[in-house]
Parts: sequence; C-alpha cells; structure tokens
Amino acid sequence: MTIDLKTVKHISKLARISVNDEKAKKLAGDLNSIFDFIEKLNKLNTDQVEPLSSIAETTLKLRIDEIKSKNIRDQILKNSPSKNKDFFVVPKVVE
Amino acid sequence: MDNITSLSLTELINNIKNKKISSEEVTRSFIERAEKSKTLNCYITENFESALKKAKEFDNRANFKCKLPGIPIAIKDLFCTNGIKTTAGSKILNNFFPTYESTVTQNIWNEGGILLGKLNCDEFAMGSSNETSFFGNVQSPIDKNLVPGGSSGGSASAIASNLTPITIGTDTGGSIRQPASFTGTVGLKPTYGSCSRYGIVAFASSLDQAGPMGKNVKDCALLQEIISSYDSKDSTSIDFKRNNYSELLTNNIKGKKIGIPKEYRVDGMPKEIENLWLKGIDIAKECGAKIIDISLPHTQYALPTYYIVAPAEASSNLARYDGVKYGFRSAGENLIDMYEKTRSEGFGNEVKRRIMIGTYVLSSGYYDAYYIKAQKVRKLIKNDFDEAYKEVDAILTPSTPSSAFKIGEKTNDPVSMYLNDIFTVPVNLAGLPAISIPAGLDNKGYPLGLQIIGKAFGEQNLLNIAFAMEEKINFKNTIKEWWIK
Amino acid sequence: MNKNKDQYLITRGKNTYEVVIGLEVHAQVLSNSKLFSSSPTKFGAEPNTQVSLVDAAFPGMLPVINEYCIKQAVKTGIGLKAKINHRSIFDRKNYFYADLPQGYQISQYKHPIVGEGKVVLDMPYGQIEVGIERLHLEQDAGKSIHDMDPENTLVDLNRSGVALMEIVSKPDLRSLDEVNAYVKKLRSIMRYLNTCDGNMQEGSLRADVNVSVKKKDSKKLGTRCEIKNVNSIKFMQLAIDYEANRQVDLIEEGKSIDQETRLFDTKKNMTRSMRSKEDAHDYRYFPDPDLLPLDLQDDFIAKIKAEIPELPDEKKKRFIDKFNLSPYEANIIVSDKETSEYFEQVIKNSDIKLATNWITGELFALLNEKDLEINKSPISAENLSKLMNLIKDGTISGKIAKSVFELMADGNKDPVTIVNEKGLKQQSDPKELEKLIDKVINDNPDKVKEYKSGKEKLFGFFVGQVMKVSGGKANPQLVNEILKKKLN
Ligand SMILES: [Mg+2]
Ligand SMILES: [Zn+2]
Repeated sequence: MTIDLKTVKHISKLARISVNDEKAKKLAGDLNSIFDFIEKLNKLNTDQVEPLSSIAETTLKLRIDEIKSKNIRDQILKNSPSKNKDFFVVPKVVE
Repeated sequence: MDNITSLSLTELINNIKNKKISSEEVTRSFIERAEKSKTLNCYITENFESALKKAKEFDNRANFKCKLPGIPIAIKDLFCTNGIKTTAGSKILNNFFPTYESTVTQNIWNEGGILLGKLNCDEFAMGSSNETSFFGNVQSPIDKNLVPGGSSGGSASAIASNLTPITIGTDTGGSIRQPASFTGTVGLKPTYGSCSRYGIVAFASSLDQAGPMGKNVKDCALLQEIISSYDSKDSTSIDFKRNNYSELLTNNIKGKKIGIPKEYRVDGMPKEIENLWLKGIDIAKECGAKIIDISLPHTQYALPTYYIVAPAEASSNLARYDGVKYGFRSAGENLIDMYEKTRSEGFGNEVKRRIMIGTYVLSSGYYDAYYIKAQKVRKLIKNDFDEAYKEVDAILTPSTPSSAFKIGEKTNDPVSMYLNDIFTVPVNLAGLPAISIPAGLDNKGYPLGLQIIGKAFGEQNLLNIAFAMEEKINFKNTIKEWWIK
Repeated sequence: MNKNKDQYLITRGKNTYEVVIGLEVHAQVLSNSKLFSSSPTKFGAEPNTQVSLVDAAFPGMLPVINEYCIKQAVKTGIGLKAKINHRSIFDRKNYFYADLPQGYQISQYKHPIVGEGKVVLDMPYGQIEVGIERLHLEQDAGKSIHDMDPENTLVDLNRSGVALMEIVSKPDLRSLDEVNAYVKKLRSIMRYLNTCDGNMQEGSLRADVNVSVKKKDSKKLGTRCEIKNVNSIKFMQLAIDYEANRQVDLIEEGKSIDQETRLFDTKKNMTRSMRSKEDAHDYRYFPDPDLLPLDLQDDFIAKIKAEIPELPDEKKKRFIDKFNLSPYEANIIVSDKETSEYFEQVIKNSDIKLATNWITGELFALLNEKDLEINKSPISAENLSKLMNLIKDGTISGKIAKSVFELMADGNKDPVTIVNEKGLKQQSDPKELEKLIDKVINDNPDKVKEYKSGKEKLFGFFVGQVMKVSGGKANPQLVNEILKKKLN
C-alpha cells in the first residue's frame, strides 16, 4: 500500500482541507504507516461474513409526526461567524 | 473540614445530607484547589462564579432527596452545556456557546449536581494522551510531564488531583478506561446505547459512549445510575431496565465465572503488565470467582478495524464544521476556499489525519476493501464475545499495554500511539460495558489498571465484580502534590 | 413498448437519433414535520424560522425518524405497484455545500424503502409502461440565495430536512410527450394518495433529468448527462430538447459526450456544465451510524395497503365500465382526483352523458380561463348538477343553459334561481308558441310563398325568427313541430 502525494491531494480536496506540499508529504508518510498496519485485515477471509449493520441491539424507533420546535431563529444564527438578521452569510457561490 | 476535596463522592453526599458541610463549602474547596492547580491545565472553561451562586442557592433551599445534593462537578468539554462555551478541545469550536444541554449532563443537574467547569480533552476526543487539545497538554498529577492519557485526560487528571469529586468522560476506543488506568482512578464505559449521545460532540457515532470516572467503584455506580437513561432524542438509545446500581452494589461475587482471553497476551507485553494481570486473576479467585481460559480469536484485528470504522464515521461527523453555522471561520475568496482554509486552520493535525483516513476508506474504489471489510471483521469480533459469554460472566484483562508515558514521547509516531488502545478498542467495537480499576504501580510508581469487560446491559454484574476486587486490591494512589506551590 | 407511436427523433443528414430519457423525480412528502426533526414543513415562512438545532446540524444533534414519512413512502410505493422492502437502510451522502448543514445528506443508497414498480401512461398511440427503478426517502437541503446580496450568498435552512421521495424511473421515456404524461401521472397518483401535493411552483415536485441519445435501431445506450433540479414540465421538455440536440451535434462532429451533471438555464433555455460539483463527485456513501436499519413488519405494510384509495387506473376502468365514458373522457376526468370527485358528485343526480360533456367542455374551459383548480371552481358540483337537470327536463335550452352557466360562474348562484329571476324558462306552452309563430308567418308572406313553392331550406329561417322573437326561450322542438304543421 502506498498513498502518493496525488492521492493525498485528492483526499484533502474531498475533505475540504487545504494541504500544502510539505504537509502533504508528511501526511502521506503518516497515512502509509497507518495503512500498513491496517492491511493486516487482508489476512482474514471474510467472504461468508455479513457486515455488522448496527451495534445498538434495538430496532429503529419511530417518531410521531408532530411539530414540536418553535421559531428559534435567534438561537440558530447566534453562533454564526457571518450572518445578517435573517440569513447565514457565505462567500458568493458561483455555479 | 479541611480535606473536603479528597473525600469520595459518597462521603461528600453523606456529609452534605448530614449537614456537616454545605454545598457552598464543598464548591469553594474545589475552586480553591483549582486555583492552585492551574499547572495541570485541566480546565478549558471555568464556571466557578456561577457554581458558587448555585451552591448558595442549593444551601438556601436544600433538597436532600436529590442523588447529587449540591455536588459540584466538572465535566469533559465534549458535552454541550447550555450557555457555557463548549469546544471539544478544538480551535474550530472556540467561542461556541450551545443553547442546549446534553441529556447526560441534564440528568446530572436534575439530581442536584452543579457545573464547576469544562475539562480539557483531546481534540474531538481523538487522542490517547491529551496532547491533541487546542488548549494545550494536560499534566498528570502522578508525575511532572507525564500524560494523563486520553482523550478524557482532563477528566482523569481532575479526579486524580482532587479537582472534582466525580466526572464524566466519553469513550470511543478507550478514552475513559485508558486515562483512568494511567491516573490510578476508576472509569466505566457503559453498554452502547446506555447513555444518550444527544448533545455530545460526536466523534464516531457507533462507538461513542459517555461514562462516569471517579475515585472508586461505588461513586461510579452512583453516577452511572444517574446519567444512564433512555432518550427518544437518540435513535441508538436503548430502552432497557436500568438499576440503581449503587444501591444494589455487592461484593459477593462467589461463583462468578471470569474469562481470561489468551489473545490479550500480546507480543512484547511488559513483564509488569503480565504480573498485574496474574495478580488480578489471583484476586478474582480470592473473591470466590471461577477463572476460565477463553479465546477471543479476532482480537488482533480489532485495532485495524477500529482505525477504519472510527475515522470513517469521524470524517463525516466532522463535516458540519465548515465555518457557516458556528465556530471558527477563515476568510476565503469563495465558498470552497473558505471551507478549505477554515478546516485546515481550525482542525489540529491528529484530527486532520483521521479525517483523511476516513475520507480515504470511504472513497470510491476503497469502500468495500476497507469499510465493508471492517464491518465484517467487527461482526466477527462481536461474535467472539457472544461465544465467550456463553461460558463466562465477565472477562478480565489489563487496561493498557503499558503505564503512562511522557509528554511528547509518542507524538511523532501515530501507530505507536494507537497501540495504546489495543485492549480497550475491542470492547467499543462490540458495544460492551467495561471498567478499569487501579490495581498496582509499575517500577516507576505509575499506576496500572485492570479492565473487566461485562455482558451487554450487565453493568450491575460488572460493577459488583469491580467492587469486590477493588476491596481486595486496596489500591492507594501515591500522589505528591508537586504542582501546588 | 408500443411500436406504432410517433417517435421523437432527431435527424442530421442521413443519421437519425433516438432520445432516451429517465427521470429522478423529487417529491416532497406531505407531512407536518420534517423527516428527522420536529420542525414544520410549511411553504413560504420567513427565512430560518422553521429550523431546529437538528436541521442546522448543531454539534451533538441526532436524527429521529418520522413514522408518517415512512408510511407516505410505502403508500406511494404501493401506488406505483412496487415492491416494498422489509429492510431498508439510511446512508449518508457526503458533500460540502452552503445549504447542506451536516456536510452530508441522509438518503438511501443500496437499500431503498421501495424497489421496482411501474407506471402506465395513456398515449394517443396506446398504453405504454414506464418502469420504476426505486423510491427512496431522503432529506431536502436548504436554499442558497445568490441574487439578494451582490457580494455574498445567503442561506435559508427552512427546507433543510424536509422529507423527499426520490422516484427513479428506468430509461423508458422516448419523447417529450411521454415525459409530460409521466410526470402528470406520477403527480396524479401521489395526489390521489395524498402523499405529495405535486405543487411544482412551490418546488414540491422537481426532477433530475437523464438524457442520452443513440442511433435509431441501435441497442447500445449512449453516454448520459444528468440535468439537475428542473422544476416544471415545460422546462424539462426545453432542457431535454436542448440537451438531446447538443449531444447529437457532438456525435456528428465526431466528439465524445462526457458523463456529467448539467444545469438548465431557464433564461437562455440551455443546459451547461456544473463546474462547482465536478471535483467533489465522490459522495462516499455509508450507512448512517446515528440510525438503525428500518425494518417494516408485514402488518405495518398491510395496514397501509388497507388505506389505499381507488387510484386513477382503476377509477378510469370503473368509469368506462359503469358510466360508459370513452377512454379519452375517462382519462381526462380521472387524471385529477378532485375532478373525478366533482364528476361523481355531479352525476349522482343528473345525466351522465350530458354532465360529461359539460364538465370536459364548458367547465374545463372556464377553469382554464380563470386559472383555477377544480376545488376552487366558482360553480359547485351541486349547482352544475341542477343545471344539467334544467336542460334535461326541458326547462331551458342548451343555448340558454350556456348563458345561465356564465351567470353562475360569476358567483355560484343556483341555476334555478337565475332562470326564475331572469325569466329564462323555456316557452313550452303550445298556445303561446302558436301566437309567436303566427306573427312570424304573418310578417313574412314572401318567404312563406317561396317555402311553399319548394324552397324547403327556408324552414330554418322561420325557426330562427321564432327563436328571435321569443328572446331565445322558445322550446325549439315544439317550435319545429308547430311550424311544420302550420307551413304544410
Ligand atoms: Mg439525482
Ligand atoms: Zn435525491
């Protein structure tokens, strides 16, 4: 398993974390040693095993269709680093 | 009373109920000690003034029917607390003030507990030494420059140094048990679904559990009965009968069958750990338990599995930290640029590393090879425990493969850091309850812990075994108060 | 598929291309609260006032599923004659966008709640069947507003978390008419079931359109492009037409088609590539660990099945069999649930044939002109029924009925009242009519002479004159009879 710089750059793009070349190199090194250690799983044959679907030993509880929340716009916007009276504000998106 | 802060939770409650001390006195004592203990860097946010005010209010209208009558408690800064800054140890949540309360902390306040402040932890609970916190290292009271373990490092250190009578942590891969082991304290990771995850900053949803940390088993049993509740706001919360664990606590464990898994005898395990384990086996026998050799054949695959599942879930759980709704934002030329800068500057290296691992194992072409593979192995690991529990009532292992290490010792080698969780991780993968109790010291005088693993929902049985063994071990933490001038 | 249909083909030189279309319709589930939170779903609220901590993805917030939305999806699945899956799984679809607060959308990927089904379309060339690939539940995103602030984009999360059903068709559609019929049919079925209001202006029904072209008679499908989020049938048709021609042009130029996501520009009526999504096209789906698999028991499904009302296809059959409607008439009456209910109400006490003609003729024209839904019709079913009876029993003529209808349209007045007040009752008294007829005969001696000398087509002239002097009220049948007697 070798994760090259190109792969690191691609993953960082997907994860929306900018990484400069120097950091990418360091990350590639770290990831390679981690994946070397993860590769151990390949020794195990799991062809006949069903993947675990949930660790919680229960069934999905269903909620009744009721409106319970009120207008809490002030709370919702309170912590935003950029907002106006009504909206969250983000840099212009160009489609 | 001049030794207030060294009393156990149970003793404090009795003294308050008997009106020997007031909530205000207790609260003031912990605050004064905290002021003298800044070196340990346990707190991210202090809530001292408000705590004193609440203590006075309690004393004026004392309700002794509460389970935590006017008891001040500091908690890990991973629990959202209404109106009190909650950071998860991260720059990206610096200045985040929740307008809501986690279910677990609400349960504590409902029983009369008072918030002392928010304790340091590894960033987003990702770490085993509390070195990844944006707010700096936590010192272990055990020794200078010793890590307290992680991620609930601030919590463990605060208990061991008498800054809080009891605390709560969260445990995703060992984050309660490993720091408890490193600091000579007790830490319980409950069954998955026992404590609500509502309002806890998520790391890995299928593994995260909140749990009590304290000076002894009884204190933890009491806190567990308070924080554990069925919560309809968490779809993975489980509706099962919860005991008053502390009331039903007994040291009579005669005839209990305790399994010793041979696979935990890992290569290069220090002699001291081996001896500790043997000592634990002897003590269990002394308590009247039956020792049975068992096998958990997939143990060696637990850590690699964990390092796929946890980062995968984390990479997605942490996508919400994007500079839009709350927390830190870095200016960007456009939306994507803003995201990339915000997340690059807002997250620390370990968190970024894990997001990258998680993103990679979920990405197209790798999902089956890693994520699905890991979920299959996770099933096998769970099956191992199911098989074992046909024969035994509990399983005894060491908590960690070594005692605490020095700050900086492992920061450059992520894999060696991850290996710290080798004994604790299988328990999270299988969703089981487990407790770490202090059982001895290594040759440097650093504490070592034993882990007892129980059956799902079998907290009572688990606590009983821990309670009985604790009595026989009679561990004394030898902390010299080096940090107090 | 029917072989005789008029095909939608694109010809360039000697090459002829067939257009292959599949639709991913996003239908907003009719429910009070959102899919995973208890905030309201109502349209048109002030920005960010219908947002809970869960919808805005605050730290530690968790999804809890709405039972009613599950029922609605199952109901729709049954309406699409589809397989209901006993186990389905909610996955996270990971991508970053300003109006996606969690950084992922909770959706269903490999295990949707509803599997394969079908929808039957009535086309002029016969019935065709469109395969349904699947229906899954997912969360809607919020809204990004780009045109309110010149520097920034504004984000409103009111829609964030509203339940959507994504209904994916097989690539079975071959023409713009079929797309039109398919969307209308889906809408009709969901409105019958009350699972989606189908309101396209409010965005309750949108579609991603998959378009590819292939040489006619070739089996191999071409590379497809997905046109995102088109919110009217008109735009879907314009987008498909543009896109299909663009693809044909590329092929003709010897170029290849990139499989990509495109956007329909409603101002320029053209599609263009969506650059912003390109580099983040790996959604990294995985099961949401905050939720468990959804297991549906047989009795849960059976209970829903029992609640399914008569659907358009069955209703159409009944109307043809029982009321003798033509397939064409039945089709237009059942396509809208309210229309079919209106119809059944009218014919309860009146002549079916007459009512059918009036509903599909006068009433539809009126509603169309006033741009009204039938449930807002100014003429109630009861009053229309009365009008039909006034015609049938000869109280008024068909012609008078039209003016009565117009008066009714201005304020839902009872037609009997109108007829009485305005004195519009048909003159059917033979003695009165005889007087009028005598007057007309006396006033036109020349015409009478001509008629009697064999110019028989003048008979119409006399009828007209009588009607005229009666102010249109004379019973035309009687006028005919009496005139014949008098003139011969
Ligand atoms: Mg789509
Ligand atoms: Zn969709």
